[in-house]
Amino acid sequence: MTSDRTANDAQSGRVWKKPPFIANPWVRYGLVVITLVYLYWAFSTLPFDWQRISEGLPRAGKIFGGAFPPSFERAGLLWTGFKESFQIAFLATMLGVLLSVPIAVMAARNVAPLPVYLLGRTLIIVSRSFHPVIVAILFVAAVGFGPMAGILTLTLYSIGFVAKLLAEEIEEIDWGQVEAMRSVGAGYMKILVYGVFPQIMPRQIGLSMYQLDSNLRASAVVGIVGAGGIGGTLMNAFGRYDYDFAFAILLMIIAIILVSEGLSGWVRKKVW
Amino acid sequence: MVDHAAKLADRVWSRYDRKEQLTRYGVYLLTLIAVVWAVRDIDIFWPWVWDAPNQIQSLGARMWPPEFSQWNAIFSAMLETVHIATLSTMLTIFIALPVSYIAAQNTTPNKITLWIGRFILVSSRSVNTIIWALLFVAIFGPGVLAGILAVMFRSVGFIGKLMGEAIEEIDRRPVEAMEATGASKFKVVLYAIVPQVMPAFFAIIILRWDINIRESTVLGLVGAGGIGVLLQGSIDMFAWQTVATILLAIVVLVILGEALTSVLRKKVI
Amino acid sequence: MLEITNLVKRYGQNEPVLKGLNLKVEGSSVVSIVGASGAGKSTLLRCINRLVEPTSGSIKLNGHELVNLRGSELRHSRRRIGMVFQGFNLIDRLTVMENVLSGRLGYVSFFQALTRRFPQSDIDRAFSLMERVGIAHYADKRADQLSGGERQRVAVVRALMQEPQILLADEPTASLDPKTSQQIMSQLQSLANEMSLPVLINIHNVTQARMYTDRIVGMRHGQMIFDGEPKEFNQDALDAIYGGIESPEEDGGDPGQQASPAPEATA
Repeated sequence: MTSDRTANDAQSGRVWKKPPFIANPWVRYGLVVITLVYLYWAFSTLPFDWQRISEGLPRAGKIFGGAFPPSFERAGLLWTGFKESFQIAFLATMLGVLLSVPIAVMAARNVAPLPVYLLGRTLIIVSRSFHPVIVAILFVAAVGFGPMAGILTLTLYSIGFVAKLLAEEIEEIDWGQVEAMRSVGAGYMKILVYGVFPQIMPRQIGLSMYQLDSNLRASAVVGIVGAGGIGGTLMNAFGRYDYDFAFAILLMIIAIILVSEGLSGWVRKKVW
Repeated sequence: MVDHAAKLADRVWSRYDRKEQLTRYGVYLLTLIAVVWAVRDIDIFWPWVWDAPNQIQSLGARMWPPEFSQWNAIFSAMLETVHIATLSTMLTIFIALPVSYIAAQNTTPNKITLWIGRFILVSSRSVNTIIWALLFVAIFGPGVLAGILAVMFRSVGFIGKLMGEAIEEIDRRPVEAMEATGASKFKVVLYAIVPQVMPAFFAIIILRWDINIRESTVLGLVGAGGIGVLLQGSIDMFAWQTVATILLAIVVLVILGEALTSVLRKKVI
Repeated sequence: MLEITNLVKRYGQNEPVLKGLNLKVEGSSVVSIVGASGAGKSTLLRCINRLVEPTSGSIKLNGHELVNLRGSELRHSRRRIGMVFQGFNLIDRLTVMENVLSGRLGYVSFFQALTRRFPQSDIDRAFSLMERVGIAHYADKRADQLSGGERQRVAVVRALMQEPQILLADEPTASLDPKTSQQIMSQLQSLANEMSLPVLINIHNVTQARMYTDRIVGMRHGQMIFDGEPKEFNQDALDAIYGGIESPEEDGGDPGQQASPAPEATA
């Protein structure tokens, strides 16, 4: 390199810009434009009741003022509400997990013939499509207010989750073990018991624990539409402007969820 | 082999030894007791239970065929639902990111901020979207604002927790390198942390948007806007065939949402 | 006695994997089947117990036609055919004893299988077989805690628990180290002799085939091109079977014996 490095080089003006995240400038600016247009459109078409909203902050003040300190006076109601939620969650988990096993077997392509597989898959998709609250409303309309609707709702909810994951687990088992059981002359059921179930057992237990935890949370919510449990108590408290009681209920819900999360994590570790 | 005949006589085998057997039976017994207690104690009117299949079937019959006359109203309500989900997901980003920053052990300034961050995330996650909606409807009145805020408050916990975990799993070495150049905290984040968590960020946002669409469909049931309002209205008026149409519309929306999110995921990751 | 006549297996419209095979195995001989990968050895074995469905042909075990059996008859025939797999195929999460007892699944009721209440005679047989191969002390250990050679021994016991009329082994030693694979081959040989059992072994290792079996059948591209005693299996035979493909394993001879170095197969 013998060229003369003089002040001229400082003026050579080599520029660098970071290559943009999205290479194509049309796409890049297009996205920005679309986002802005969308925001404008959404905000302008959405119905905001500004009058009511402006009353919001003072209201919030009143509500939080009324909510604090939380009132545990009606502990009896609290207790019955939670007890019912527990019962709903527990029974729904038992029923749901029990039903999930045959449904998962039906919905696993490698152990089920095609028509059975399609039926199993459909059952699972139907159970998952709707938010549990919607399912709860429908069951309430069908079987009336109370925990029965809650149990039915959460059973479907459990099946939608547990059966789906269990079926995926079954589809990934080591097929050699099933082959070995076929080769000793075992029939379908025995092959399931010896060749399939031992392989999916840890996952099954983990899923069941997780689902129990999930159902506990969900049971608090389905009560809001009348399917039993602490949700109903909460709705009543809100409806009567008993914000201190409502706050107490909320605190209990959070506490129980935390405890149940911790417990289920511990059990899952032990059983693995 | 013939010599062993005498020994073979006492060869016993069982799957579980004494202790294991007792534990297993113990657990079964406890579970059985729990089930029996729950079933007897719960406030169910058993005659209705046996009638339930009938009732469910008759409800199904009342919902058929789906009634399309309210189509316009349903369509705009669905649009409203999508807006609620989308706007709240967008707005949550601005809150969830800072919170995830302070809730991540390797980036939080001090212990106190760590606990504050964790606390925010836990309370956000433990309170269901609908309960948040109840609260905001009480404060701001029925309408989409309550819905948007409810979804936002719930999403902060979800996005914040997953982003926090993503931040905790980054490679420390680029961070060290940036600090060594004397860059300020903010610039270190920009150059060392952000690039590493970008893929996770997009995946999480897309996932949460998908979930939020589902959540937004039910907000209206407590008055927080969206298709839920129409749904509750139709149910109150026993217009079951309209209910069926609304349910169909929800299924279509959910399927579209899933299709869109899986396309987005492939493009972005 | 196993009698295979004109066995053909074709997948879809492709070239048949088995092209009209004929094989007769009498009495209690140990027969090894050698050939390169893709020659059809595994398919042949699996056609016998119908893990693979033959396209046409006849397979008779002690006079009973196996090819068109269905349902419970098929299961009854399978329980008389023991199979040992290359990957052991043990139920990893169950104990050795449960794995061994699972060989009786073709004989016990569903309830007995579910509750693990096997007849005492089965348990006695299990213990004596396990002692015979040296794994009785592992009876209550989980199968995935054993070494490869130990697992294959469990698999052999499982197959023998079926009181089979014939034993099939699909590359039983391919996943094992040379010393262990000799142990297994040697055990298969002595068990076959003690129980007067015909044994068919798929094997890559020509030296072991020569050493531990009474008869070698060579396959290539779905056809049998060699059938004779180990001493007749010379370099020409080797070339006919493997020539132009890859050379088979030549190691694995008995460490005590200094055999003349095995000839290198020409690539």
